[in-house]
Formats: sequence, C-alpha cells, structure tokens
Amino acid sequence: MLLIDCPYCGKRPEVEFHCGGEAHIARPESPIEMADADWGSFLYYRTNPKGLHAERWLHGHGCGRWFNALRDTVSDAFVATYEMGKPRPEVSPATAKA
Amino acid sequence: MSQPFRLASGGRIDRTRPLSVTFNGKRLEGFAGDTIASMLIASGQHLAGRSFKYHRPRGILSHGSDEPSALLSVDWRADRGPGRRDPNNRASVVEARDGLVVDTQNHWPSLETDIGAVNDLLSPVFVAGFYYKTFMWPRKFWDKVYEPVIRRAAGLGEAPKVPDADRYSNRHAHCDVLVVGAGPAGLAAALAASADGTRRVILADEGCEPGGALLNDVTSSVGGTPAMEWVAESLATLDARENVVVLPRTTVFGYYNHNHVCMVERVSDHIADAPEGMARERLWQVRAGEVVLATGSHERPLVFENNDRPGIMLAESVRSFVNRWAALPGNDLVVATSSASAYRTALDAKAAGMKVSIVDIRLETDCGPEFAAAREAGIEVRTGHTVIRALGKKRVSGLVVAKIGSGGGIGEKTTLTCDCVAMSGGWTPSVHLFSQSRGKLAFDPELDAFLPGTSVQAERSAGACRGVYDLAAVVADGAKAGGGSAAPEATASFTGFQPVRVLPTDADASRVKAFVDFQNDVTAKDIKLAVREGFESIEHVKRYTTTGMATDQGKTSNMNALGLVAGILDRPLPAVGTTTFRPPYTPVTFGALIGPARDELFDPVRKTPIDGWAAKNGAVFEPVALWRRARYFPKAGEDMAAAVARETRAVRTNVGIFDASTLGKIEVVGPDAAEFMNRIYTNAWLKLKTGGCRYGLMLREDGFVYDDGVVARLAEDRFHVTTTTGGAPRVLRHMEDYLQTEWPDLDVFLTSITEQWAVIALQGPKARQVLEPFVSEIDLSEAAFPHMTVKTGYVCGVPCRLFRVSFTGELGFEVNVPADYGEAVWKTLYEEGQKHGITPYGTEAMHVLRAEVGYIVVGQETDGTVTPDDLGLSGLVSKVKPDFVGKRSLARPDMVAADRRQLVGLLTRNPGEVLDEGAQVVDDPSQPIPMKMVGHVTSSYASSNCGRSIAMAMIDGGRERIGETVFVTTPAGFTEATISNAVFYEVKGETADA
Ligand SMILES: [Zn+2]
Repeated sequence: MLLIDCPYCGKRPEVEFHCGGEAHIARPESPIEMADADWGSFLYYRTNPKGLHAERWLHGHGCGRWFNALRDTVSDAFVATYEMGKPRPEVSPATAKA
Repeated sequence: MSQPFRLASGGRIDRTRPLSVTFNGKRLEGFAGDTIASMLIASGQHLAGRSFKYHRPRGILSHGSDEPSALLSVDWRADRGPGRRDPNNRASVVEARDGLVVDTQNHWPSLETDIGAVNDLLSPVFVAGFYYKTFMWPRKFWDKVYEPVIRRAAGLGEAPKVPDADRYSNRHAHCDVLVVGAGPAGLAAALAASADGTRRVILADEGCEPGGALLNDVTSSVGGTPAMEWVAESLATLDARENVVVLPRTTVFGYYNHNHVCMVERVSDHIADAPEGMARERLWQVRAGEVVLATGSHERPLVFENNDRPGIMLAESVRSFVNRWAALPGNDLVVATSSASAYRTALDAKAAGMKVSIVDIRLETDCGPEFAAAREAGIEVRTGHTVIRALGKKRVSGLVVAKIGSGGGIGEKTTLTCDCVAMSGGWTPSVHLFSQSRGKLAFDPELDAFLPGTSVQAERSAGACRGVYDLAAVVADGAKAGGGSAAPEATASFTGFQPVRVLPTDADASRVKAFVDFQNDVTAKDIKLAVREGFESIEHVKRYTTTGMATDQGKTSNMNALGLVAGILDRPLPAVGTTTFRPPYTPVTFGALIGPARDELFDPVRKTPIDGWAAKNGAVFEPVALWRRARYFPKAGEDMAAAVARETRAVRTNVGIFDASTLGKIEVVGPDAAEFMNRIYTNAWLKLKTGGCRYGLMLREDGFVYDDGVVARLAEDRFHVTTTTGGAPRVLRHMEDYLQTEWPDLDVFLTSITEQWAVIALQGPKARQVLEPFVSEIDLSEAAFPHMTVKTGYVCGVPCRLFRVSFTGELGFEVNVPADYGEAVWKTLYEEGQKHGITPYGTEAMHVLRAEVGYIVVGQETDGTVTPDDLGLSGLVSKVKPDFVGKRSLARPDMVAADRRQLVGLLTRNPGEVLDEGAQVVDDPSQPIPMKMVGHVTSSYASSNCGRSIAMAMIDGGRERIGETVFVTTPAGFTEATISNAVFYEVKGETADA
C-alpha cells in the first residue's frame, strides 16, 4: 500500500486517498467559445508518461482536500506533493530516482 | 509409539514436560520443544505422506518452512468441536502440544498401503504438461471424469468443509527498523539498530524460538561464548530495551509498496490450554522506515534416482534433528554432498553416535578444511564420487555410488548400506522478500546464486540471504546492516560448494525418476521434456511442469530447475532468468487475512433511525448502496406483489408513510452559494427565492446526467441539497473538486448532513390531515405552503425542515427532523395516521409510484451515457446561463443527434405481463442474428393503480415513435409492446405537478 504525503496532514496510507487523474489541466475560461475538437481534447485527452506524472489526489478520508503529486509511474515513488494552484515543482532526475 | 531414536541428553527439548499427539489415529510421544517432524524422527518413522501425482512414499526432507513433502492435516482443537482443522501444515513447523490430531494426506486407504501408488507405474501419463495433454478431450469428460479423478488422485490436502470456528485479529504497527529473521545476522542487526533508544525496532522471526541456524549449532561460538548462549544474551538485551518488540512465530509473508510489510503471528496454536476466544493468528501490517532482511538461505537437494525415498533428508536438517531435537534420523548415515557445510552434519552425527560416511561429488583438491576435519574424526570420505540411485521404498536402505572417471565416465559401483542420507547440493539465498520489494536480483557465478542487487525501497539484506555464509562474516554483516560498527567475534564455518544440477549417472535417463520438485512430483526428465517441447522461458517451464508451484513455492527446487534448463539450452544461468517471487512467502490462512471482517462485520450495515421500527413491523429489507432499506411491509399471507399493490393503492387513496432518510443531503453555505449552485447544476438558481425548492439536475463535464434531487433555499446564503441515496459521496466529491480546484475564489462551504436528518415522507391525499395536529409555527395551507417550498418550524415539538415535495405525484411532505428524534416522530405520525388509513410503504412501492407518474431514477433510467434531452428534461437546462458544468458538451454533434436513445414508455400487449428490466428491444424478431437492438427496458412494474404493467425504456429516436410496435426479449423469446408516453397515471385531486 502506497504511503502518500498529504501537504496538510502528512504521510497517510493510500486507502485514505482518491486519485483524480492528471493535474494542471485547467477548465477553460469560456468553454462555449471553443471548437468541438478543442473541447474534446480538454475532456478526453491525457498524457500517459512512463516516469514522472503530475496527478491530482483527494485526501477524502482525511482532511478532505485536493492536492497535486508528482508520482513516478514506474516505481510508484511519490517524488513530491504540493498544494493546488502551486506550479509543478522542478525535480532533478537524481531526486526522482530516490 | 515410544522414542527409540531420542538421545538421552542434549537438544532444546524439555524432557520434564512429556506430551503426546494423535498421529493417524495412533499416539505419538514427544516433549515440549518438539515439532511433529522431530517426534516422528525420534519414534523412528520417516514415512510422512504420499506424493502429489505418483503417490510415492515420502518422508521428511527439511526441518523448516521449506518442507515440501511432509504435509499434514491438523485439527488444532478437536476437543472444541468442528471448524478447527486445516490442511497442508508442514510437519517441520507444527509445534507439538497435547491434544493435536494430525493426519497425513493424499493416500487411500492408508499411508502404508496406498492404492494411488499405481500412478507411479502409470507415470508416462503424468509427464510434464499432463494437465494439458491428457485431459484435453473429450470436453464433456472434464466435469464428470477428469476433474474428480485428478482431485482425488493428484492433490494436496483437503479443504475444510465447515466454517472456521477460530477468531483472528489484526494489528497495525509503525517502526523505524523492521528486522526480518532472528538468526545470527538478524539478532546482530536488531542489537545494533536498537542501541539508540529513540528508534523503534521490530524483530520478527517465523520460528517458535529465535536463533535461526544457531539452533542447530552445538560447536560454534559467538562473542567468546557458545552460540546459543550469545542468542540468549542478545534476546535478554533486546527484551530490556523498551524500543524493541521481538515477535517469534511471526512470518513476514509480503513486502509491498513503500515499506508496507505484512506478517502473520501464530498466537495460540502452540498453547495447549489457550483460553476460548483467544485469537488463533494475528495479521500485522507494519509500515517500516527501514527494513533489514536477514532471511537466511535454503539448502539444495541433490538430484539422483529415487532421491525422494523416506530417510533421505537435507544435510542441515539431519544436523538440526540431531542437535536441536536430540532425535537421530537413523543409525547408518551417508552424507552425500557437493557442499562443505554438510561435513558439519557428518561430524555432529558421528559425535551423537551415528555411523557415518561421506560421498563428496567434489575432488579432494576442491575441498577445504572440512576434509581434514572429517578424516581426523575417523569418517570415511569418498571424493569424486556420484550417487547413482537410492535403494529401498518406504525407507532408504542403501545408496549406490560410483567414482567419476577423469573423462566423466562412471566407474565401479559400490552399495553403501544405510537407513538415512544427508544430502546437500549447496545453498540458495532466500531472496523472496527482497524480490517482492521489487529489488533487482543479480546473479553471482561464484556463489551460483541470485543475490540482492539494486534496491528499490529502503531495505538492506544481511547474512546468508545475500550469500554471506561464514558465521563470523554473517554476524558482522548483520551488525553493519543494523547501523553498528563493531560486531562480536565468531567461529569460522565450512563454506563453499560445487553446483551440480543432476548427478552423473550411466542409467537410462528416460527411465529414471530423479526429483527436482518434491512437492509437485517434477523430475529432471520432465524438465528436459518441457524444454525439448519448446518451453524455453523459465516462466513457461514452471507453468508447464508445475515446478516451483504449490505451498512451498519451490524453495528447495528452484535453483536446480533453473540450472537444468540453462544446461539443456546451453545458456548462462542469468540468461534463463528466474521466476517471479510473489507473496505469500509461506501459506497464509484466509482467517488471518480476513481477521474480524466476517459475518456481521464483513460489510457493516448502514441503518436509518427508523430501521428498528421497520424491523419490528415486519419489513422485508433490501440493500441500497451501503444502506439497508425497507423494501415492503407484508401483511400475513402477502407476497411482495400483493404487499406492493396494497401499499401503492393506499398512497393514492389515503396516505402513505415512507422512510426517506437515506437521501443524500449536502448543505451548501456561503456568500457565493447561489453562484456555486448555478455553475454546478443545469438550472438557474440566482432567482430562486428563500423558502423555495427546485428539482436540480447535475451533469458531468462530458454532458451526461450525474445526479438529481430537490434543492431548497433556506436562506440567501444557504441551500439544502438532496442527492440520490447511492450518489451522496460522489456528488460531494464532485462539488468539492470544482470548488477547491477550479473556483477557489468562491466563498462556499460544503457539509455532508445525510446522517444529521431523518426524513419521513408523507404522501397521499390525506398527508396534510396526518401532519397538521403536530406542526407548530408553520401554516400548512395550500396558499401559505404551496408545492415545492420549504419551511422551518416544529413537528412534535422537534425542530424541523419541512419540505412540500412529492415523488409520487400526490400531495406530499418530507419531514426532516434531527436523526435522534426520527423514530419518535415517525411513531407519533404513524399512530395519528391510523384514523386516516396510513400505510407504511417501502422502496418497491416508492419505485412503482414514481414510475406511474414518469419520474426517473438516476442510475436506473440513466447509465452514464444519457443527456437531459434523452430523458425529456431539456426544460431543466438553462439556455441563458453562459456556462455550467457539462454545458459545452451538450452542444457536441453526437449529443444533439436525432436518433439518440430517448426515454419512452412501453405497454405490453398482454397487460398482465411484466417485462424484464434490462431486456433488449428490437423492431423485427424474425431478423437474422445478430439482431439490431433499438433500445432497452430501464424500469418495469406491475401497477395496481394503472390496472396493468408499465415499463420505461430508452429507445432510439423513441419520442418520434410513440404508438409503434416493438418486440422485447423475454426468457422464452420475444413479446410485443407498444411505445407510449412515459407517464402512465393521472393524479386526481390536489396534485403535486412537479
Ligand atoms: Zn490531508
């Protein structure tokens, strides 16, 4: 079971959390003005990287807050967790390995 | 049985505490400290089971948890009734105590005379891949012939047939360092790691007594004292440290992500008079900062003809029975080895009084100091020899050996008479847990073993599990792994071995049974056949031959199997690879995994405040999401149909009372609450007046209906939102998601209030009459309190949020009172309602009533692909709002296509016929298969109020097809139905008109 470091509560077991998919995809300001294809991309298209992936996580059985995490999809290592609205942290490959 | 092979002194048994168990119906004697295996050996019995496929007689191979052959069915507490027996216990790890009833497995009629042994003669049938070859065809033979025959003839133990009567517990723990294994490396690691009193250390060991290999050792010393004295001192030191927990009888069986380690502690199986109710086993889930793996190594058997005869054992196990249990495995011992360590067995066995000789595959020049030690002790050593075969059937009676010539040829044969063989083909580090941690293994050709390579998690291996075999080095390695710098001195050990896959022989290889995997009856011949048939990947060889499977997971056999495959393919061993190590390390009972989560605790039932009343009044319940809800309230002699007909009629003629407490409820509060509602729901909210209610429809961003429910505006900045029963958690999550991640600027708070309010629905023409006498500070008149409004006040003197709403089409109120008052208010209303013919109704009647008036249920009419317009609810979608969740998606081309599935009614030609929910709809039932499906039935009921059956369905372009005939699948074929409007009943009198 993964151990996830909630930015508000600290490390807690995975069963307290819910993953909300890829992070840093803002809802468009004016959806109604968008072309069908662009709206389709926003709705359905996501990256699927091998390696570091920025994800949204909800500490549902804890503080109830959403936050973002950088997770290595190969090792399941959580390299960083950070508050919603903060930019994706720069992580050097050396840190990412740990 | 007496104990003719028990030594008069020595060993770690307590001769002052004799005990006995029942073994195959007979009394078997021993002492405290014994295992079933050591008791058998002390009594002179080696025959301990029949093999998996061939029913060959099998003995005790090992002294530890890697035992593949001596598997027992154990009834742990036969005196306490059924449900306490389990199969496949290894005789070598079952601690003896009074009262155990143990039986050997896989034989009929008896262990001594087993008819299944005829399989040994039919062995060509059971070659590699026999499952796939023999039982392929004819297919119908499988259920009646093959499977029962295989189950009886080839198998391990018999699964219990009655529920487990024992109790199991579980526990979570955190520590800075978890040390796995309390042998010399693990003890040294735990001592070093716990020296700093602020670091929490757990030391877990699968044995009943810590010490590991030192338990077998009567000659080595550590720190200047005999090894086991050092063990005792170390344990005393650890015991005195408050930061240390030492757990014997605790097997670490799984190593998961982020140092989440699972182990099972055997709590009471070894206690003769364990109190009733004491847990049998405890599952530990440990989250460790660091893990030190000190899991030791497994000895390899030698592969030669009839190497499975009872009396042939692993060399270290012979040493263990002699030294630890003071039980001689025989009188005449031949040590057959390619490993130096077996010489220690020879020396100790001789010192204990056995007649001993050694057959060493290695040349004298390849031997170390062990050779001289044996000679000095007067032991005859034949170097450069091979074992051709073992003699004897139910017990080994001799060993045919031969000198290996310089060209590899077999020289003259000699028969060595013996009643016990100690064999060693070297050692395999136990890298199971390291590999489970996803660490990468690296092959070491010097040690002929896979060793821990690159770590992925915070763990270190120490001692024999990483190929360090010399005792002095093991202790130092353990201390270092525990963070220490100094380690006690220790005696040097005999180390080094020459890997050998199959012993050289001149016998016809196609006729010889030389076992690689004892538990699965896999021979060297089987593995050669598999490779010849094209199975080159070790994972394929494993599945085809079954080598390395079952309860021992190939602990003793894996390296021999791998080496054989590599040899046949003429590839280096690492190129063949190794099979994946998966949890559990040793078998784990389902009881331990489940723990207390069984029976009423398996899935705790969520009950409403009115549940007790419903139970007392004969409700039949059904599960709805996590809740249990009253489905109907049958009177004497009524079945469900009759009860539901009566309940639904009562609502339309008098009044019904319904427990709606399970409705999800969310309070949306804050200065921006209305703006938030406006963005989340499809309808407009800014203009809803305080005290007003509105039916809200919620979409996902992809435009599909997500949830619905009535929403009341209690104040300018306060909304009382209701959701579907099952949808409450996900709706709150959906709202929180948008609030926190997209619109953090909105000043809104969301609170789940589902459990805070009991909800009593009064529905029917007389609802107002029932409620009126109990209401204060609320005017119930139509003018003051119209449909779709909310008022706060008191009912029965209890603060209340009173909704004038309806899910039946009739005049209706929903009385929200604090949950603690729910049952009292319900009872009061129910009693008052008697004079108005009040009728309690359940979820089944609720469904029928709402369908009669065409109300949808999200999750029944919808399936995640349905738009508001598909449901005929486009009027609820604001055309004015520039944006809300899902709005943009509703404009996508596929979402506005004319031939989308739309909600309609279906009326069967035969009014008494009730369609199946989920049934498919076609236009022409005579068309060829596969037919074109044009829709499906979503809801279907017998409606007493309509005097016929009614159904709702989603049909392609359905609203344009009203009046047309379609055909609906039934279990018997098709039935005819007419497409209709989805409203079936017209409410008379004061209507809800939602
Ligand atoms: Zn949290």
